[in-house]
Amino acid sequence: MNPVLQLSAQDWLSLFNHFASLSLLAVGGAITTAPDMHRYLVDETYWLSDAQFTSSIALAQAAPGPNILFVALMGWNVGLNAGAGLGGGWTSVALASLGVAVTMLGIMLPSSILTYTATRWAHKHREKIGIRAFKSGMAPIVIALLLATAWLLTVSHNLPARDWPLYVLTALTTLVVWRTKLHMLWLIGLGALLGALGWV
Amino acid sequence: MPETAPLNQPRSKTDLFVSFTLLALQGFGGVLAVVQRELVEKKRWMTREQFVEDWAVAQIMPGPNVVNLSLMIGGRYFGLPGALAGLAGMLAAPLVVVLLLAVAFGGVSDAFWAQGALRGMGAVSAGLIAAVGLKLIGALRSNPMGMPVCIALATASFVGVGLLRWPLAYVLLGTGLVACGWAYLQLARQATRDGEAP
Repeated sequence: MNPVLQLSAQDWLSLFNHFASLSLLAVGGAITTAPDMHRYLVDETYWLSDAQFTSSIALAQAAPGPNILFVALMGWNVGLNAGAGLGGGWTSVALASLGVAVTMLGIMLPSSILTYTATRWAHKHREKIGIRAFKSGMAPIVIALLLATAWLLTVSHNLPARDWPLYVLTALTTLVVWRTKLHMLWLIGLGALLGALGWV
Repeated sequence: MPETAPLNQPRSKTDLFVSFTLLALQGFGGVLAVVQRELVEKKRWMTREQFVEDWAVAQIMPGPNVVNLSLMIGGRYFGLPGALAGLAGMLAAPLVVVLLLAVAFGGVSDAFWAQGALRGMGAVSAGLIAAVGLKLIGALRSNPMGMPVCIALATASFVGVGLLRWPLAYVLLGTGLVACGWAYLQLARQATRDGEAP
């Protein structure tokens, strides 16, 4: 059991500020700023344990929905720690919800306002050559980024002798989704099953 | 892919909210693959070409890219309320699900089988992302830079990010500036040509 955290209003504000300052740096996904979140939440303030930090990321990846929700889980856990865990009853749940609200608003507000404003402006001027050049120019590059992301995820398992079944699973998924209309949930379920059984 | 039938569009902000909620709840290990299949192939709210362009912007802006995409699409049809409907659809239901999972399974995620399941799902989601990338290559055919230039730029970006592991920002600045500059020249030339034609 973690000792109960005492968080002042000042602490909640600085939690908000930290996530808000990371928001605009999160080009290529909020996960790229995870190392800084770790430094702040685990190493500096001790608001989260290392295990809570890691399992927040893992759980959000396993769950449906945008991966950004790992931030909500971090906020949830900070709140729980401040309220004596789930044993703290409704006080804990209230604090945990506050944690979710503070971290999610922090990470989402600045980037969403910027994206919304910029894309409305760009849409209004979409016939201008500069805007069209930006979209056309970036198209092949973001396609390459998708392929590079898939590649990096694959080679992060870096022992071919042990990890080759994972490589095969990735390759098969690519082929099936590219060429057929099979529902993706079947593939995700298959991956989870094979993994849980220890076959990949 | 010839576009014959006209495109559809969301009927209302509720339609937008419900559609994005359903998309998000199907998106294990990332929502992009589901978004591409549903919005382009099934609902036909946008063409593959439009999707690539929007995705480029959504990915380059800071913030979670599928959330940016939902803001952009919602905003295009219904302004700010639409953007908020799209955003809420993308986040609200999955947030509830992930919190319930945290309460129920918070302690399980260290178990051996759970780690294994995550590994397996991770491998599948890598495949999903790769498949979207491959599908979108076809959309480059109508790109004003021409296919060979597109392939060269894509290859250079892939090598930079994927093989040499350079920081994303440098690669975007490098290949991105070249690409946008070249696209600008091509579009400007096209515009003068069209201007001269009777």
